[in-house]
Amino acid sequence: MTTSSLFSPRYLAPIFLPLSVFLLISHVHAETPEEKGLAIAMEADRRDSGFKDYTAEMTMILRNKLGKESKRSIRSKTLEVAEDGDKNLSIFDSPKDVKGTAFLTFSHKTGDDDQWLYLPALKRVKRINSRNKSGSFMGSEFAYEDIASQEVEKYSYKHLREETYQGQECFVNESYPVDRKNSGYSKRISWVDKTEYRLLKVEFYDRKKSLLKTLTVSGYQQYLGTYWRPDSMDIINHQTGKSTTLLWDNYQFGTGLTDANFNATSLKRVR
Amino acid sequence: MSAENRYNSYIPLIFLLFLAIPLLAANIQGMEVNGEFSGEGFLFLENGAWSQQENQSASVAATIELHHNFLDNASFTLDAFYRLDSKDDARSHGDLRLAELLYFTDSWELTVGIGRVFWGATEFVHLVDIINQTDQVEAVDGEEKLGQPMVHFTVPRDWGTLEGFLLPWFRERTFPGIRGRFRTPVPVDTDQAAYESGSEQNHLDFALRYFSTLFNTDIGLSYFKGTSRDPALLLSPNQAKGAIIYPYYQQINQTGLDLQMVAGEWLLKSEAYYRTGQSRSYAATTFGVEYTMTGIGGSMMDLGLIAEYVFDDRDDGWLPTIYENDIMGGFRLSVNDMDDSSVLLGVVRDLYSGSTIIGIEASRRLGDSIRLNLDSSFFIDMDFQDPAFSLARDDFVRLEVIWYW
Repeated sequence: MTTSSLFSPRYLAPIFLPLSVFLLISHVHAETPEEKGLAIAMEADRRDSGFKDYTAEMTMILRNKLGKESKRSIRSKTLEVAEDGDKNLSIFDSPKDVKGTAFLTFSHKTGDDDQWLYLPALKRVKRINSRNKSGSFMGSEFAYEDIASQEVEKYSYKHLREETYQGQECFVNESYPVDRKNSGYSKRISWVDKTEYRLLKVEFYDRKKSLLKTLTVSGYQQYLGTYWRPDSMDIINHQTGKSTTLLWDNYQFGTGLTDANFNATSLKRVR
Repeated sequence: MSAENRYNSYIPLIFLLFLAIPLLAANIQGMEVNGEFSGEGFLFLENGAWSQQENQSASVAATIELHHNFLDNASFTLDAFYRLDSKDDARSHGDLRLAELLYFTDSWELTVGIGRVFWGATEFVHLVDIINQTDQVEAVDGEEKLGQPMVHFTVPRDWGTLEGFLLPWFRERTFPGIRGRFRTPVPVDTDQAAYESGSEQNHLDFALRYFSTLFNTDIGLSYFKGTSRDPALLLSPNQAKGAIIYPYYQQINQTGLDLQMVAGEWLLKSEAYYRTGQSRSYAATTFGVEYTMTGIGGSMMDLGLIAEYVFDDRDDGWLPTIYENDIMGGFRLSVNDMDDSSVLLGVVRDLYSGSTIIGIEASRRLGDSIRLNLDSSFFIDMDFQDPAFSLARDDFVRLEVIWYW
C-alpha cells in the first residue's frame, strides 16, 4: 500500500458524508431557480425512463417561406440504455434517391455522441463527427442537437416562472447547453406541463441571443399507461421563414429490440 | 470466348427478369420492387489521343431491385443492372450486382449468393477494399463494383465483429473498348485474360475481417488470399492484330488495416495494406483528415474539407499504380435545401510528376424521384511516365438524369 491511498475517497468519505447530508437538507428550504430547473428536468426524465425500447414512423415535411413542401419518410428505432444515453437507428424510406440511408446514434450523457451513416448504394458505413451539433438534420429546421436524445446532463437549467399555456399549467424553464462552443444556441426556453411533465413548447435563441426558432409539440398520447409521445412537432425558423413538421405515427413499445439491432452488422442489413 | 464472357452471356437472361419479375412480384405478398432508369451524356473537350475514340457518347441504363422477407430474419435481395452505350460496345454491359439470401440471428449472420461488400475508411483512394471487382467501364473513378459470388458468415460480438468469406468465382475487371475513352493506347483485350493459377476463375479465394469500435475509433483488420482484383496489364506482340494488352491476374496475400477516428472536431481516416504475390512484396498507405463547418455564413450549408495522402512503395515499374505518392484535397458542400443539393470538388496531384486530376460533381433532386448529376474531370500536366497519361486528353463533362421508381 502506498501512502497516497490514505487520501483516497474511501477514507475521506466518512468525514464528508454528514456534511453533504446537511447541505442537502438546507437546500430543500431554499431551492434556487437553478436547482428547481434541474429538478424539473430530472423528474421529466425519471417519468420517461423504463420504456426499454420503441419504434415509430415519422413523416418530415420541409416547407420554405413560399410554402413549397418536400416530404421525407423515416422509421425510427430507439433502445434505452441504462446509465447512458439512448441508442437510435433512423432509416430513410423516401425520397427514393436516399431510400435505405440510415443513421445510427449512441448518445451519451457526457461527451460527444457516437454516430454512423450507412450509404446503401456503396454498402458503406461511415463514421460521422457529432461534435458540431448545430448542423441541419437532412435539410430540415431541426438541428442534430434537437433530434438527439435529450439527456439531462447535456444542459444546465434555471426555473423562470409558472404560467398557463394552451389551458395547461406549465413550468417555464431556461436551459443552456453544456457544450456551448459547439451548440447553435445560447439558451432554450421550454414549457413543460405540471401534471405530466410533457414538453409543449420550446423557444431557441441563437448564439447572438436573438430568437431563432420555436418548436410546438402537440397530440400527446400515453403508451403502456406511462409514456407520453406526441403526434406532431412543428418548428419554425423566425429568421428565414422556413419550417418543418414532424408527424409521428405507429408507436410500438416493447418490441424486443436489443443491442444486436444497433451495431454495424445490423446497420448493413437495414432496409 | 473467355469464361467471364460466358458468365456475362447469362446476363441477357437476367433481363428477361425485368419483364417477368414485376408480374411475378405482383403475386407475391410483401415483395418490394423498385429501381432506376437513367440517361447519360458525355462530352469530351478534346479529340481522343487514340484511334477510333469518340468525342461524344450517350447511354441509358436500368436497374431493378427486388426484396422479399420470407421470415422476420430471412430475406432475398436481387439487384440487376444493364447499360446500353451509343458508342462503346464494351460499355454496353450488364451485371447481376446482388442476388443473395440472408439469414440472421442475434449471434450470427449468413449470406449466400452474389453480394457486395465494402471495406475502408478514406474518401479518395480505397486501398483495402478487395472483395468486389471494379466495374471500370461503368465509372472511371472505380467506385462502381461487380457482384461477387460468395458465402459470407458474420459473427457480431461485444468485442468486435468477425467475418469470413469464401469466394468461389472470380470476376474479371471490365475495360473500355476501342471507341471508348479512359483507356490504354490499345484497348485491354479481356478475351486474352491470363491467370497465375491453373484454376483461373475457379480459384477459391477466401478472406477474413475483424471490425470493432473502441471508444472514438472504428478499426478494421482484414486478410485476403486469392486472385488479385487489379491485374497487371501486359503487352504482347500478336501477329494478327499487332500488339495487344491483356490483363494478368496473380495470386496474392493481402493484409489490410482501416481506421476511422473522431478527434475533437476532426475525423481522422487511414488505410494500409501489405501485399505479397505480385512481383516483390510491397506496402501502400493512405491517410487524411476531414473537417466539417456547419451553417457557413449564417446559412444552412455545411462545408466538409478533406485532405488525404497516398503512398505506394512500388517504384520498379513492374506493376505501375497511379497512386504512388499523391496528395488529394477537396471539399463537399451540402446545401441542405429541399433538393439535397451538393457540390464536390476534388484535386489529386502526383508529387513526383506533377500530374493533376481535378474532379467536380454537382447533384440535386428534381421533384420527388428524379436526380440530376453534373460531373466533370480535367487531366492537367499529365506526365508521360504516369500510368494515367493515357487519360491526358479525356477531359469531360457528363450529365446524368436518374429516375427512381
